[in-house]
Amino acid sequence: MYGGGNTFEGIKSDELTGEDPVKLAEFEARIERGEKIEPSDWMPKLYRKQLIRMIEQHAHSEIIGALPEGTWITRAPGFKRKMALMAKVQDEVGHGQLLYSAAETLGKSREAMIDDLINGKSKYSNIFNYPTFTWADCCFISWLVDAGAIVNQLANAKGSYGPYCRALDRICAEESFHLKYGHHCVIYLASGTQKQRDMFQEALNRWWPPMMHFFGPSDKISVHTEILMKWKVKMGTNDDMRNQFLDMYVPKIWELGFTIPDPNLKKNTETGRWDYTEPDWEEFKRVINGDGPCNSERLEVRRIAEERGRWVREALRTAKTEYVTPLA
Amino acid sequence: MNNEALKELLYKMADDQLILGHRNSEWTGFGPLLEEDIAFSSMAQDKVGHSLALYTILQELGEQDPDTVAFTRNAEQFHNSLLTELPNGEYDFSLIRHFLYDTAEALRFEMLTQSSFEPLAQLSAKIRGELRYHTMHANTWIKQLGSATTESITRLQKSLEYALPYALGMFEKSPFENALISEGIFAGEQVLEDKWKRKVEEVLAQTQLQLPAWDTITPHLGGRVGKHTEHLQPLLDEMSEVLRIDPTAEW
Ligand SMILES: [Fe+2]
Ligand SMILES: [Fe+2]
Ligand SMILES: [Fe+2]
Repeated sequence: MYGGGNTFEGIKSDELTGEDPVKLAEFEARIERGEKIEPSDWMPKLYRKQLIRMIEQHAHSEIIGALPEGTWITRAPGFKRKMALMAKVQDEVGHGQLLYSAAETLGKSREAMIDDLINGKSKYSNIFNYPTFTWADCCFISWLVDAGAIVNQLANAKGSYGPYCRALDRICAEESFHLKYGHHCVIYLASGTQKQRDMFQEALNRWWPPMMHFFGPSDKISVHTEILMKWKVKMGTNDDMRNQFLDMYVPKIWELGFTIPDPNLKKNTETGRWDYTEPDWEEFKRVINGDGPCNSERLEVRRIAEERGRWVREALRTAKTEYVTPLA
Repeated sequence: MNNEALKELLYKMADDQLILGHRNSEWTGFGPLLEEDIAFSSMAQDKVGHSLALYTILQELGEQDPDTVAFTRNAEQFHNSLLTELPNGEYDFSLIRHFLYDTAEALRFEMLTQSSFEPLAQLSAKIRGELRYHTMHANTWIKQLGSATTESITRLQKSLEYALPYALGMFEKSPFENALISEGIFAGEQVLEDKWKRKVEEVLAQTQLQLPAWDTITPHLGGRVGKHTEHLQPLLDEMSEVLRIDPTAEW
């Protein structure tokens, strides 16, 4: 899954000064023609910096995103769900691996990225800072958070940076299975017992606000990213992505007989877009800056895993010949 | 064919695969590097898949359906070896267990390709290729970490010594050994154990790990007859947590 990449930093006016104007014009013309930029090609420093930031956030989102669903692998009800959920979460970790490699082509090592994740310098999708209380929460993520991720990822796959686009093509193919699996789980809850229906309705109530946050701050308040759009780093506005998601999934949620906890949610027949209650962007900011229900838990888990695995990584770097006498 | 003997064999194999598959899956998100997260998850999926295939054969022999069998029995009704139910601990223990178990697993299924019980012979032939990757994975890591740093060697050595008595418990004899052997269903635990010891010796000889003399190790038995450590029941409780919310529901 995925959701990062939407928290772009404001761009300072001096960040493009110093770039060779001829090379810059050439670079922009290539992007304009729909060509992909490859690792050894010339690129502006700002392009490199913003791409690293975005791909890294995306990679972190995959591996942190594996945690809230991962805790349900050992509890998944029955063989079919257990096997599918194991495979799904494994895919997510694999996405992280692919994306770290894509980001590494821009010059930042995986170790450095993971260090920045743990020390809080780099972000990941906000939505994974919320807890999965029940199996239905896990199903919500598998279906709808993955659905949101697909909206983002399909758009980003048309971006300008070659290695990222190729990673996303592979990722999107797998995501469509996740979506099917998640939808299937939710259909079973919807057509099951009252208890099962209630479980999902409660999950929907809990997860709707973070789901609306998922696509990032409203265009009215988000930082200006025109240059990133022009460079095909950012492929759509946050509100466009949100609207696309609502278009595709609100009818499906209603079809299953669930209530979305927003009385103002309806399709506006004049604009063709969705009206909704503006999400609480103060909460979004609070959570992304570290003060959400699970931020510290998620990072702590990651930190401990890194710490416990350090001796393994060190042993991998060590040549076998280093020790000549047996230790007995 | 002696159905009772056959079922006993199938149950212990299926339970081993399910419980260790479950344990392996607990590494998802916590591995020492992403590649190992992914590898342990693959092996978990294979093992749980094998347990499903074995429970399905049992169902054809008149037992209940795989979900009921896997998700509703108590610890005393499980026949897995104690080795498989122990908590994951640190990566050194998980790796050593993976090596000791999967070496036996691959040999057992290899032997069973010759079984007179056709469904089991067929299944064994089908998954034999998969199992080769598991042992290849285990051997590669054991050789690397068992010869790398003082810390990695010391850790693996400690875990090896801790795990060996449990590993020998995998070969706890069934009351039906003679029937299984005489009917050509399975060549027996003793044959498997001997093959396994040779294989373990062969791999460890390529590391700096020290294998204690076999006759100094007392096997931890009991798993095959339902006498488990305190770790199994909590694992099963967790596994059935959602199903128990409403056992009549479909999930
Ligand atoms: Fe996904
Ligand atoms: Fe993903
Ligand atoms: Fe295996």
